[in-house]
Amino acid sequence: MEYKFPFTNLLNMASITELKAIASQVRRDIVRQVNRAGTGHPGGSLGCTDYLVALYFEIMDRKKGFKMEGKGEDLFFLSNGHISPLFYSVLARAGYFKVDELATFRKINGRLQGHPATHEGLPGIRVASGSLGQGISVAIGAALAKKQNKDDKLVYCLTGDGELQEGQIWEALMFAPHHKVDNLIVAVDWNGQQIDGPTKEVMAIGNLKTKFKAFGWEVIVLEKGNNMKEVVATLKEAKSKTGKGKPVAILMKTIMGYGVDYMMHTHKWHGKAPNDELTVKALAQLKETLGDFAV
Amino acid sequence: MLDKLVYTEKKATRDGFGAGLLEAGKKNKNVIALCADLVGSLKMQPFIDKYPNRFYQVGIAEANMMGIAAGLALSGKIPYTGTFANFSTGRVYDQIRQSIAYSHKNVKICASHAGLTLGEDGATHQILEDIGLMKMLPGMTVINPCDYNQTKAAAIAIAKHHGPVYLRFGRPSWPIFTPANQKFEIGKAVLLNRGTDVSIFSTGHLTWTTIEAAKALAKEGISCELINIHTIKPLDEKAVLRSVKKTGCVVTAEEHQRHGGLGDSIAQLLAQKMPTPQEYIAVNDSFGESGKPEQLLIKYGLGVKHVVRAVKQVIKRKKG
Repeated sequence: MEYKFPFTNLLNMASITELKAIASQVRRDIVRQVNRAGTGHPGGSLGCTDYLVALYFEIMDRKKGFKMEGKGEDLFFLSNGHISPLFYSVLARAGYFKVDELATFRKINGRLQGHPATHEGLPGIRVASGSLGQGISVAIGAALAKKQNKDDKLVYCLTGDGELQEGQIWEALMFAPHHKVDNLIVAVDWNGQQIDGPTKEVMAIGNLKTKFKAFGWEVIVLEKGNNMKEVVATLKEAKSKTGKGKPVAILMKTIMGYGVDYMMHTHKWHGKAPNDELTVKALAQLKETLGDFAV
Repeated sequence: MLDKLVYTEKKATRDGFGAGLLEAGKKNKNVIALCADLVGSLKMQPFIDKYPNRFYQVGIAEANMMGIAAGLALSGKIPYTGTFANFSTGRVYDQIRQSIAYSHKNVKICASHAGLTLGEDGATHQILEDIGLMKMLPGMTVINPCDYNQTKAAAIAIAKHHGPVYLRFGRPSWPIFTPANQKFEIGKAVLLNRGTDVSIFSTGHLTWTTIEAAKALAKEGISCELINIHTIKPLDEKAVLRSVKKTGCVVTAEEHQRHGGLGDSIAQLLAQKMPTPQEYIAVNDSFGESGKPEQLLIKYGLGVKHVVRAVKQVIKRKKG
């Protein structure tokens, strides 16, 4: 099968095979961006690739071009902003800006800041993130505005699992059911890893399903967060549960570093860039499907 | 001019905020109010009664409130957040910094019970650092109105200004001496009294204190130019320089730490453009304590007699 850029024309018509092909290219983009910058966060980026590719190329109802207000379209907020190389690759591949701009990741005078920001006017970003715990609150605000505006589109948000250690998260988790914010789907990247080690050792987050349910959320557990078919099916299921008085949570079990063997099953690549040699090794495992960004 | 600076009624600036919020809501349907369990204190009930669907009770969760406000703002709404000044700034500084200021969100952070005049609740609640915290954020507008009428006008005006705003006001009943239904121009100083011997720049409650001091000084033949700086950032630099050029010395007055407040903003300007003797009326690197507002203002050096003393001192320095 031949894959041609841009996929933007396909929007919501991608097949699982095509989504997998996009995900493979996005993973290459992640590794290459982080390698070129010499810093960045490849682990979580690779783990959440299937989710974000499915969201942007299959699930979300998006308009062409970018308007900050996002009226009449689905919105996505990235709370764990350190997985910016994933976000940037997906935004570029989805047509928000030129793919070759990925070469400017973390470089001076660029728009692709270390953590996502609106300050430089990068299309596709609606709020800065990086300081953790804030994204769900912002997503709730956007979801409330949609209700105010009688806009029936949805708001999505992704948060890390270590990020759940932030107190603001639980303020937000309490608010959304109380105010019946049922046009919101929050996914948790449940990879069990954070910078200092396994989450259960650093600060155990316990039984997430029970916790989210106790707070009044509709909860779906996605066991295989790196299986594109299951990711798409789960996102569709989550979508079907919106509009029923409760916010929806997807507890998404992923493998940090997925797709690059030496980055998997460890927290060591949370925030470290591979050198040139290891980059070659990583790219050998990831098929180039849409053409790499130029350097 | 000084004779006309009188009052017939006292009301709290927070009441002015409540009235202004209601007006802003009437004028613009995008105005949304949020509160973290202090509706009564912030006088938000009239807005809620009129626009129940444009109000969100957030509970005691100020960080979440700031994030939600950012989300509402990016979707075209004009959110007004309401809680005490302490919980509007220090408690949620990073949320404001990242989700609001750095992200250029049109959020109006409305903060009551600022400063010593909160009174009996004590130092835990008497924030004296908030002006400094907020003015350091790039792009943040910082406003501290001086009476009921000015606060009401400010609460209406900020809806028309696109960008994040910190609006600071207080708890106590306070003299109303500025005109009702005044035009409020963000960033524009208000000349209260023309004078020749000293420029007194004041913000918030202490503006009335400086008026009383100027009246006492007039009896001793000292002519004070009184300028109310309701907008600390952006500072009306032209008005400051114009006055200082004439008088040659400065007293600043604010219910805030001397570090980082209005006095520092003026000193910074003068140091670069027109080095001038200056005295500060502000809290000197100290926390407050419980007590009656008037007792606290005296104890911490923010009374009429302190302004009088500072004026005499600074005039002496000018001549020396």
